[in-house]
Amino acid sequence: MRNFLNVAPTTVLVLVLLALTLVAFGMVRSRAMASVGGDSRKLHSLPNYYGYNAALFTAIPSLFVLVAWLLIQPVVIQNAVIEMIPQSAIAEGSSVSLVMSDVTRVANGLDAAVQAGAIDADRARNLSSNDTDVRALLAESGVALGSDVSPEVLAAAQRYRSMQGTGRLLMIAIVSTIALAGLLFAFRVTTEKFRARNMVERFLLSMLIAAASLAILTTVGIVLSMLFETINFFKLHPWQDFFLGTTWAPNFRGDSELSILPLLWGTLYISLIALLVAVPIGLFAAIYLSEYANGKVRAFAKPLLEILAGIPTIVYGLFALLTVGPFLVNLFGRGENGILGVDWMSGATSVLTAGLVMGIMLIPFVSSLSDDIINAVPQSLRDGSFGLGATHSETIRQVVLPAALPGIVGAVLLAASRAIGETMIVVLGAGAIARISANPLEAMTTITTRIVSQLTGDTDFASPETLVAFALGLTLFVLTLGLNVLALYIVRKYREQYE
Amino acid sequence: MSNKIKIAARNVQVYYGDNHAIKDVSVDILDKTVTAFIGPSGCGKSTFLRCINRMNDTIAISSVQGDILIDGEDIYDSNVDPVQLRAKVGMVFQKPNPFPKSIYDNVAYGPRIHGLARNKADLDEIVERALKRAAIWNEVKDRLLAPGTGLSGGQQQRLCIARAIATEPEVLLMDEPCSALDPIATAQVEELIDELRQDYSVVIVTHSMQQAARVSQKTAFFHLGHLVEYGETDKIFTSPEDPRTESYITGRIG
Repeated sequence: MRNFLNVAPTTVLVLVLLALTLVAFGMVRSRAMASVGGDSRKLHSLPNYYGYNAALFTAIPSLFVLVAWLLIQPVVIQNAVIEMIPQSAIAEGSSVSLVMSDVTRVANGLDAAVQAGAIDADRARNLSSNDTDVRALLAESGVALGSDVSPEVLAAAQRYRSMQGTGRLLMIAIVSTIALAGLLFAFRVTTEKFRARNMVERFLLSMLIAAASLAILTTVGIVLSMLFETINFFKLHPWQDFFLGTTWAPNFRGDSELSILPLLWGTLYISLIALLVAVPIGLFAAIYLSEYANGKVRAFAKPLLEILAGIPTIVYGLFALLTVGPFLVNLFGRGENGILGVDWMSGATSVLTAGLVMGIMLIPFVSSLSDDIINAVPQSLRDGSFGLGATHSETIRQVVLPAALPGIVGAVLLAASRAIGETMIVVLGAGAIARISANPLEAMTTITTRIVSQLTGDTDFASPETLVAFALGLTLFVLTLGLNVLALYIVRKYREQYE
Repeated sequence: MSNKIKIAARNVQVYYGDNHAIKDVSVDILDKTVTAFIGPSGCGKSTFLRCINRMNDTIAISSVQGDILIDGEDIYDSNVDPVQLRAKVGMVFQKPNPFPKSIYDNVAYGPRIHGLARNKADLDEIVERALKRAAIWNEVKDRLLAPGTGLSGGQQQRLCIARAIATEPEVLLMDEPCSALDPIATAQVEELIDELRQDYSVVIVTHSMQQAARVSQKTAFFHLGHLVEYGETDKIFTSPEDPRTESYITGRIG
């Protein structure tokens, strides 16, 4: 009996609901069978559908209410209890939320003490801080408190406990009533004419729709949360400086210059170099694989190329920092000791370092997408060209690539949006200096690296230096979203042409 | 028939991997004549057609044995470049396959890659002549720069025929050119084939025996990779010699 009580009431409730669901399935299925005297061919739907229908009516609405209740109850209780704490009970340097966390800790501690048998439930309910040392009492049952419990906090904790208890009872009552009502409803509507299959299928359809909307709603939620923080930022910092200024100089003592332009320049410059590397190499690889390579080479080379896409970007970042950067310094730096004997580069981090490595990262992305697109060009077009006496290379240049061009442009735009959003390679490879310069051998910085650096370490979410990260993030989001929409539009338009 | 022999095939065998698709086919195809290949699906008529311009070369597992001579020259000789051969032996496919280019560029594609035009005016003239011969000029002359894929199915197929004759081939191979077209477009294409006979040797693969009877002077009946019977179209359809031919044209097999 004790063990049974130890299980959280919610778990018990869920188990009861599941049992009820099984009962509903069996009961209603046999009622359906009984209504036609055991000849299932006289039923509108297969007998199991009547069972499923009852199970869904029993389980889904009640579980839905249960989940909603569990989410809403703490908020309601918190709001009710917070009003009990007078302004005077909040110590200097403390805040309502700190006192509130004390309250919940005392309440949970009392629960634990009752369960451990240190005090009985009646005493816990009527405890007063005047005659008992609550702190010592709770310490005995393993709950450590930072300070003595004030009368206000204890009263609030008592209220918290009682509300939680009532809430729990109400929840059990309401949820089980809903489940029983569902069961009863399904039982009553079940006759031989009842269209159980249509009902179940409509139910499943609405679940599929709910899953699809959840994904979309999450995106909306992300955008909104960034939008609100961005609005907060622009209340603290002039938008003219953010969009039109030319200096990025955050200063945590205030009075910072926070302009996106140097970061945007670094981002676009590095992305451009990355695309200059990835697009020709990726496209040529795709042409070889889809047009010239025989089956064996293709089966071997394509997965190998796609392994590149599975390497975590932090590993690419290490490669940039430890291999490509020093190599470039050897090539362009070091003066007389270097390979070219010039001294144009001072450190391993530079736009070129990050751009080259990011380009390597994007090669499989471009080649894999382009390969699919080139393969989608109908064989009949190639036959038509061969039939006119064109060579293989003429066919590729004049028929296959023009036909695949919109798709390839889409692939390049998708690659560009990945380059713009890429973080780890630029954190390690590009440097941290915000500047607008045309020299690819200099270190520059990007939007993503600045978001990382503004949000790491001790941050105060009320200062423009921190909030600027949200404005940067939103700008980045708009930029890549625009590119993605454009790319998908182009790719889709191209697909419609052939299917 | 006094026309000279254009294509002479001798003991041709075609294999797709282990599959023996064409078995010992010998046939003489005449110049300025329409020759129809008929037979049930999978009988090898399209395969044999594709041997005549070496389109089977693009299929890795196929191999061809025997001789095919065009104007007395063996087209499977190692000195022959299949690319040049295909300029001489044009092909029109089952499904219209215009390139995703303008109508003008579709027709100008062959002349351009073979360098047939010295200048723009020359090319314009070649394109106009090909479109007129393919009986589509009046329908497209005002929109030569519109995409070829925007035409109707029948127009697309005539555009493909114009594209094939723009390279001035000597032989025109047609692989079921009307199977994707409606009766009106089919009638237009058949009329066109009859006109093309004046300049070319036309070989047409068809599933429709009425079509073979309407457009061809010579007919070859293929069955299971064998050339069963070859002769004057009238004779094949009225008094066939082989019982298999008779079964096919009366609808008992195929």
